[in-house]
Amino acid sequence: MAPPQRGLRKMAVRSIAWLQAGPMTLVFALFFLLPLVLVVIVSVWDYNEYEMIPAFSFRGYTDTFEGCVAGLPELCTILKTYLKTLKLCLLTWGLTLLIGFWVAYFLAFHVRSKTWQIVLSLLCTIPFWTSNVIRMIAWIPLLGRNGLVNQGLIGAGFVNQPVEWLLFSEFSVVLALVHLFTFFMVVPIFNSMIRIDKRLIEAAYDAGASGWQTLVNIIIPLAKPGIVIGSIFVITIVMGDFVTIGVMGGQQIASAGKIIESRLSALQFPAAAANAVILLGITVLIISALTRIVDVRKEL
Amino acid sequence: MGDKRPRSFYILAAFFAGYVLFLYGPMIAIYILSFQGPDGGLTFPMNGVSLTWFAKVFSGGGIVDIGAAFKRSLALGLVVMVITVVLSVAAGMAFRKPFRGASFVFYTAIASLIMPSIITSLGIALEFRLIDDFINKHGANVGLGWLADGWTTGMGLFTSGLGAHLTWTLPFGLLIMFAIFNRFDGRLEEAARDLGATPWQTFRHVVLPIILPSVVGIGLFGFTLSWDELARSSQAIGSVNTLPLELQGLTTTVTKPDIYALGTLTSAVSFLVIFAALSVILVLQARQRRQGSDAGKGMV
Repeated sequence: MAPPQRGLRKMAVRSIAWLQAGPMTLVFALFFLLPLVLVVIVSVWDYNEYEMIPAFSFRGYTDTFEGCVAGLPELCTILKTYLKTLKLCLLTWGLTLLIGFWVAYFLAFHVRSKTWQIVLSLLCTIPFWTSNVIRMIAWIPLLGRNGLVNQGLIGAGFVNQPVEWLLFSEFSVVLALVHLFTFFMVVPIFNSMIRIDKRLIEAAYDAGASGWQTLVNIIIPLAKPGIVIGSIFVITIVMGDFVTIGVMGGQQIASAGKIIESRLSALQFPAAAANAVILLGITVLIISALTRIVDVRKEL
Repeated sequence: MGDKRPRSFYILAAFFAGYVLFLYGPMIAIYILSFQGPDGGLTFPMNGVSLTWFAKVFSGGGIVDIGAAFKRSLALGLVVMVITVVLSVAAGMAFRKPFRGASFVFYTAIASLIMPSIITSLGIALEFRLIDDFINKHGANVGLGWLADGWTTGMGLFTSGLGAHLTWTLPFGLLIMFAIFNRFDGRLEEAARDLGATPWQTFRHVVLPIILPSVVGIGLFGFTLSWDELARSSQAIGSVNTLPLELQGLTTTVTKPDIYALGTLTSAVSFLVIFAALSVILVLQARQRRQGSDAGKGMV
């Protein structure tokens, strides 16, 4: 049996740990966990034009999917919106993964000096510290009707008329999303790659593997945790995004986040909450599918 | 070293350069265009060079009351910075020992980081809405009559807004603390303890000076993440707007380059903060190197 003092000391250590972690936990409890619980509860409340009514009702959900079943096989607005959001999400994910992987690969394996690694990764980080809105509107002088791209295309004789689909289109939305969020892919992938033992690559090389074989059989499997973490970041951000899609789509492209926002501005809290629960459900499904591929827990 | 670089190096270097150009190109375009002449528009070519649009932003005669939004964002950013630093360092210390609920706190932080922002934002808005409703309806019955009289809302910059920003900055702070303590040598604390230092003295004179450069980094993250935060503030901030929210509002209405001038100004603040923080970090590291070793100083 342990002497009583040791037990006391253990308790003191424990309570100190709780005093230290407590304030942060309290902030998360008040501004993250409780709000989340409220979203779920209110999503099954009733409502009218003025207020929410604390009575059980699926109105938030049924209103959302109104006419969806009757209208089949024609898709209703809400389903179309979700499909569109998923499409934008997939495109952004694919492109950020492609760009992020090769940028991280270059930084981790080709840049040999530590100083250059730091300098070049800082170079990639700095734009991340500028307001997203500014980085979005920065595309206007380039992609607009009289923008640089159109001027260049017309000047080079490729087109006679300015190209219209460059700005306020799905193209510009995906472009801006990739521009804003590739950083979230580069960092985790770089982190995984930097931890790969270089001797493994030398061993593969000595054993006669081609560069491609080394990439597919060694580097990609070992960088997988980073790829998954980066993917989770990008997918969750894009699924909930309504600002980028709104601004870059010229307020013409609906998104899952936009539905929530417009329900909220109509003060239909239960309907907004119901949509948030649906969005959350889809996001959780995607994340849990991704975390099945690798055990992310081990990597953090 | 010194051997010939493979061809893939040059291909990837070009790819990386292209990525950096993609990152910076649009931003540089708006920085240049913010110096557009008085008759210039939103796109190239420049119609003269002037400071007209900056003057317009500063005079407040233009689009919105930028000065007020600027001060609000600055004040909120500084408060978020201080709270993020204090709570992250405290929680970081706690996580060095196992304590009950550690993984719960950790996963909450991760969940908060990857939760689609619109859901967090909606939840906080809902929470304060319910509090408002409660005070208005039942305030008089539960002895809060003095409060219920003329109560409008509890939402504001430093209540719901602050909470919303902390759900975004604290996870970053905590993850940085993990990175710091992963390479922290615990024997330094043991040595201090053996010399008779109290826990507080150990923290103040041994741990804190060593981790200080990274703590400045947490402050940098806290401030800039809050300064540019948009999605989480969008529903949760109440009736007053932060600078990014004003900017977002402007994107739909503005047809003049004052928005670019505003963009250039907010970016300048971000860069100033990054620059200041990096300088402090470098000074602290140099000081550590100088004072960390007593080689050649003889007996004290």
